[in-house]
Amino acid sequence: MNFPAELKYTKDHEWIRIEGSEAIVGITDFAQRELGDIVYIDINTQGQEVAQNEIFGTVEAVKTVSDLFIPVTGTILEINPLLDSQPELVNQDPYGDGWLVKITLSSETEAADLLSAEDYKSLIGV
Amino acid sequence: MKNTALTETHISLGAKMVPFAGYSMPVQYEGINAEHQVVRNSVGVFDVSHMGEFILKGERALELIQKVTSNDASKLVEGKVQYSCLPNETGGIVDDLLVYRIDSNTYMLVVNASNIEKDWNWISKFNTYGVELKDISERTALLAVQGPKAAEALQSLTETDLSSMEYYSFKKGKFAGIENVLISATGYTGAGGFELYFDSSHAEEVWRAIFEAGAPYGIRPIGLGARDTLRLEMGFCLYGNDIDDYTSPLEAGLGWITKFNKDFVNAAQLAEQKQNKPARKLIGFEMIDRGIPRHDYEIVDRSGNNIGKVTSGTQSPSLQKAIGLGYVKPEFSTVGSEIFINIRNNPVKAQVVKLPFYKG
Repeated sequence: MNFPAELKYTKDHEWIRIEGSEAIVGITDFAQRELGDIVYIDINTQGQEVAQNEIFGTVEAVKTVSDLFIPVTGTILEINPLLDSQPELVNQDPYGDGWLVKITLSSETEAADLLSAEDYKSLIGV
Repeated sequence: MKNTALTETHISLGAKMVPFAGYSMPVQYEGINAEHQVVRNSVGVFDVSHMGEFILKGERALELIQKVTSNDASKLVEGKVQYSCLPNETGGIVDDLLVYRIDSNTYMLVVNASNIEKDWNWISKFNTYGVELKDISERTALLAVQGPKAAEALQSLTETDLSSMEYYSFKKGKFAGIENVLISATGYTGAGGFELYFDSSHAEEVWRAIFEAGAPYGIRPIGLGARDTLRLEMGFCLYGNDIDDYTSPLEAGLGWITKFNKDFVNAAQLAEQKQNKPARKLIGFEMIDRGIPRHDYEIVDRSGNNIGKVTSGTQSPSLQKAIGLGYVKPEFSTVGSEIFINIRNNPVKAQVVKLPFYKG
């Protein structure tokens, strides 16, 4: 499994790439493997501010459903437009074309709570 | 946690293992959708050795079976299999099972892994017929080889003519060089194929032989995840989801295996229920609006009143639609009825459809 060192992670198995005042959020390689074949992504929080660790959507896989949690407080700017027709991108390329949302950050300090790739790997035991 | 004789094989094939009914079992190898398609289109192999097998032996074995099961086992002839259930005394189901007639004094019952002990105790309780009961679950391996290419893929391993075997019949014979393999033309997928019962000491040998013989047909290992989507597309009940200690066979649409021409446990109460019509019915439904039904989601009517509960649901890999089974009040059970599934407090429209979902 792959956990890029330049990303930050959460215990809820999301990753975040912070670029200035914006960030991209997705789920980790571990999360997509645990979920199995993803059927669709349900995010209806576009334009809303979501507080850190709150639910911003759900991911439906064949076998199960799981909530999606925002790593840091932010406003949902954009939902990955590819996922509507190709939800399997989250399985195939979780850190690339399978990203979930773009957000604007509301806080400058919360990022300190995030996990490094190494911390995340020891959390999931790999 | 118990292992089957093939647990190490599954791990070496990269399976994701999960605890199921006290066993460590493969839930998927390459992915549920891909494995599902392999079974629908060619052939795949499931290790279902966790299932339970009991041998009932004695002159009055049939009488005991007639007493504890709802279907009419007197209709069985040697070499035939019957789907049946064990009704409890309070209107529910102890388990569903297969009944094999080996000979006039010998039967094999195949039961769900999670219910082995419960079924054993239940059947023993009614054994006033002097029938010898033997639990061979621990030493019996069971491989389900399922799919339209199953007969072709396996034929080189046995002299038994596989393509001529009727659905729900079985033969005992030599298979992959192993004596005494019970070859059963049964399955839980609706894709056709065989279930092979044999001594678990030969499990790895038989597994290897099947994959060698099946290689030209693209044979693949299949996990419990795809087993669930395959059975659900056929509308087959899963014990613990769609049927349990509190659902009656009549409510569950199992009237066809509930035969009142003989006496069995709780027959009188079930006959009365049949007369008065059950208060709820198991139905199949398809989602009209987007959402995936899951076990225990509430079913409501247009005004939001509770009318039932989802018992199974998934995204059907063959149909590319979200489908489910659930109990509803009889007035909502006719094909075409509009129902709503409460998905995270949001009523999502669905429609009652005819089973099976998948018609091949």
